[in-house]
Formats: sequence, structure tokens, C-alpha cells
Amino acid sequence: MTLVNVSYDPTRELYQHLASAFAKSLKADNVTLRTSNSGSGSQARAVIDGQQADVVTLALAADIDAIARTAKLLPADWQKRLPQNSSPYTSTIVFLVRKGNPKGLRDWNDLVKPGVGVITPNPKTSGGARWAYLAAWSYAGKQLGANDGKTRDFVGRLYKNVPVLDSGARGSTVTFTKRAIGDVLLSWENEAHLALKEAPGQFEIVYPSRSILAEPPVALLDRNVDRRGTRAVAEAFLKFLYTPEAQEIQARDFFRPRDPKVLAKYSKQFPRIELTTVDSEFGGWEKAQATHFADKGVFDRIFGK
Amino acid sequence: MSAPGISLAAGRARSVLPGFRLSLGFTLVYLASLVLIPLVALLLRPFELPLPELWDAITAPRVLSALRLSFGMALAAALIDAVFGLIIAWVLVRYRFPGKALLDAVIDLPFALPTAVAGIALSTLYAPNGWLGSALMEYGIRVAYTPWGVLVAMVFIALPFTVRTIQPVLAELGRDSEEAAATLGATRLQIIGRVVLPALLPAILTGVALAFARAAGEYGSIIFIAGNLPNISEIAPLLIVINLEQYDYAGAAAVGVVMLGASFIMLLALNALQSWAAKRR
Repeated sequence: MTLVNVSYDPTRELYQHLASAFAKSLKADNVTLRTSNSGSGSQARAVIDGQQADVVTLALAADIDAIARTAKLLPADWQKRLPQNSSPYTSTIVFLVRKGNPKGLRDWNDLVKPGVGVITPNPKTSGGARWAYLAAWSYAGKQLGANDGKTRDFVGRLYKNVPVLDSGARGSTVTFTKRAIGDVLLSWENEAHLALKEAPGQFEIVYPSRSILAEPPVALLDRNVDRRGTRAVAEAFLKFLYTPEAQEIQARDFFRPRDPKVLAKYSKQFPRIELTTVDSEFGGWEKAQATHFADKGVFDRIFGK
Repeated sequence: MSAPGISLAAGRARSVLPGFRLSLGFTLVYLASLVLIPLVALLLRPFELPLPELWDAITAPRVLSALRLSFGMALAAALIDAVFGLIIAWVLVRYRFPGKALLDAVIDLPFALPTAVAGIALSTLYAPNGWLGSALMEYGIRVAYTPWGVLVAMVFIALPFTVRTIQPVLAELGRDSEEAAATLGATRLQIIGRVVLPALLPAILTGVALAFARAAGEYGSIIFIAGNLPNISEIAPLLIVINLEQYDYAGAAAVGVVMLGASFIMLLALNALQSWAAKRR
């Protein structure tokens, strides 16, 4: 039996590792997990347009909301079905800079200075980029005293410093690491660690004073699993993600595990920084999406659409 | 049993070639299912929007600048390819040299290469740390991640279209008319300007039309090298994809219809020019 997992960009390695562990835990060698990876938004659209998928593991709740709303493949309250907002692991947005941090970039306000090249994907197409945008917004809001005009100006200046707008997180990582464009990459924490591992001694991670708690959610698509008869396996797989074994794997792939014991064990690689949440500061994804990223939203106005 | 000759004589004008109805029927079904129905579906989609919103969707400054970039660069790329395609076709047809067959095969590579591979290769080459990019950087020229990157990718993918349309016509032309012109006392420039080029003009225009259409619609290779900044280096096909990603199907189709319409008008104009050139011969 094949379970199809439609996932976002930076989870390639993670789900490969989880797949073999899951098959072992089932003691059934006839179950395989096939994962497809791309930008979170494009994956959601593919599922809406009919791509075969049993479970979706995307970058943000808004994309699964869209699947529930448009294609009705799962109920609207899907996020309540699993613990912790249906997010077995969390992550955040960090800065990846070049060795020695030549431009001395320590926090978000360093990124809006003239002459700094910031690499981040297009928030319209990339889930990670939306988290990064909201993290910058949250920092600016705190510094500038909840003044929307000034905050927008700050975020606008940040995006003025972006020389290349890729469509997904992996594309931006390649632009920054392989093409040597820009001084700082706004990166998923796990992508940043992967880049360090891939090219030792070339990059450094900088944790800003404030970032955002990214909760990439998982869900099974009821209509699809019932049609394909894969519900039991899909449910088992999503539950497996919360087991200590799977949490270890997630931590080793640089995703922040929910399990406090596992998190404590890996606390060195996950420094504690101030993390805001979409629910507390932006009124949930539905609202954040409509205000900032929808057609003619704040992001479009920043780019003068 | 009536002989075919008799039924012909019975009055209805029929082609002497057999299979007219079968082949026409096949052509119509094929065209309708593979070309017309998808196009009609595309044309209907934008009208899910109320008209003022539709107008907004296609006249937004960002959309206009993307369309300007796509069509402007596609035209420039087609003209560049016309010049170099002509030279390459000339070399391939008129001269014999070692490695000619190889060179001839290389021309088709941009056809065969997956566009993403072309885009990655070009951006690796032209990035500021790439072979060509680093050399150009010394003169302060940036290609990758600027609008010029769009032009480079378009020139690359559209080249086979001009070479392959000019090549057979040039081969057909033969040397005799040039030799005749030479014996009549024409200078080399006169031979090229008044004998060769006019004969090739229809083929060159066809090549330009094909190259232009291909370049304007190109997506895969360009997004790797363009930088994709709204209002600067964002091509229209990317805007369509971005609209789709935010579930704005009607908006995406609106931009698509504008591209379709603009391409159609440009191709009609080029076809008219081409038949004018053919008549003038």
C-alpha cells in the first residue's frame, strides 16, 4: 500500500527519514510513503486541482484551510483533530549569513539598511516567506510602537533590499548559497542548519531578537483516504509523528520537536528566542492571509500592484 | 458498382486526392479537442469576474509591466535570433567544414533540453560568481537576476526556430542566382541585399514569428535567471502562476487571455508582413 504525502519545500530529508522509521514501526513492509515536495501554496493548489494525496503536511494552516474551503476534502475544523494545532513539530525563521558576518547583521533592523542584500522567496507562493514576512512585521511593530504605517514602511524597506524573489524556500537557499547573491537569507531554521552541514565553514546562523513560532500542520484528507481505503494507515502515520521516536528524527533534521523531553535533549541546537505567534498577534492565519497576502493586500501594496 | 470516374462526372467537384472527408474530419476533431476547447475554457474563465474587476486585473501597473517585459524582450530576442540564426544557417548551408554535422545537431539542443535545465545552466553561468557572470561583473554588467537575464534565456530557447526556418529555404535557393548576379556585375553587398535577403525574407519573418511566440510564452528557464522582482524582472507567465497560487483562477486566466490576444495580433501582423514579402518577390 502506498501512502501519498504532499508536503512543502524543506521537508525532503525529514520525510525520507520518517518514512523508513514508520514502515519499521508498523512491522509491515508493504506500506510505503511517497512524498512530493514543492512550495506550500503550489502543493495546496495541486491537491485542490485533484492531485492524489492521502495526507498533506504543509508550511502553514492557511494552505490546508484553502483545501478544506475550496475542495472540501476535509472538514473546516481539521486543525482540532490532532494535538498541538495539528503541528507535530515547530520551526522558526532565522538569518543565514556569510562566514564572519561581514556586514554585521544581528537583528531585523540591520536588514533594512541600504546596501544589504536580503534573500527571501515570494510570500505569495512560499509558506516560509510568509512566516518570514510576519516575523519582520512583528519585530517592526514592537520596535515602532504598533504603528501600522511605520511598520509597513519598515517591511517595505526590507523588501526593497531583496534582489531575487524565488518562488520557494529551496530556490532561495540555492540563490544565496550556490549563486552567492545577497548578504543574508531569511531561512527556515532547518534549512539554515542543512546549509551549514552542506557547506561547512561558509555560513553562520544568526538568531534575531524576535522571530515567529511557525507551526507547519499535518492533516489527512478524508474524502481521498475513504475513497482509496487508506484511512487506517494515514491515521497511524499522523499519530506516529507525535511519538518520541519520530520526534527524535524531527529534532535530528532540525525541526523543533513538541515533546519536551526530546526538545530538552536537543536544546543546544534550538536556542530560545522570543517567538510571536500568528494567533496571538495576527488573529490567526485566515485573517493574516486576507490582510497581508491576498490580492491587493499589504504585500501587494508594498510592491505597488 | 459505379466506377470512380463516373461519380466524378456526376457533377460534384471532388478532389482527386482520396480521403478528403476522413482527413478533414480528423483534423477538426483533433483541433477542437486539443486546441479550441481549452482555449474557449480559457476565454470564459476571466468573465467570472465582474467587468470593472476584470479591467483592474489586467491594467494593474504590475501586470502591465510584466506584459511589457515579456513581449518587449520576446521581440528583442526574436530579432537577435533572426540575425544570428541567419548567419548560422548561412554557415551550415554554404560551407563545408569538419564538425558541421555536430554543429547542426547542437542547434536543436535548446529544443530538446528541459527548460528548467536550461534555466539552471544559464543562471549558473551568468550568476555573479559564474564563469561568464564574474567576467562581466568586472565591467559592471549584471545579467542574471536582472531583466537582461530574461533576454538571455529567451535568445537561447528561441534560436532553433529561426535557424530551422531559414536553413531549408537557403539550401533551396542555390548558388546560381548569386553567381548570376555576380556575372552581371553586382557587388557582394548588392548580392546579399538585393538577391539573397529578399528571397529569404518570408522565411526570416516566419522564424521571427515562431521565435517570438515561443519566447513570450517561456516560463521554465526564465524564472531561474530573472530574479522575479515585481515591476522589474517579473514575466507575465510567472504572474499567472502567482495568481493561481493564491487561488485567483479568474485573474490568472485574465492575464492569460491578454497574452493570447497580444500574441495572436503580433502573429497576424507578422503573417501579413510575410505574405507581403512573399508577393513582392
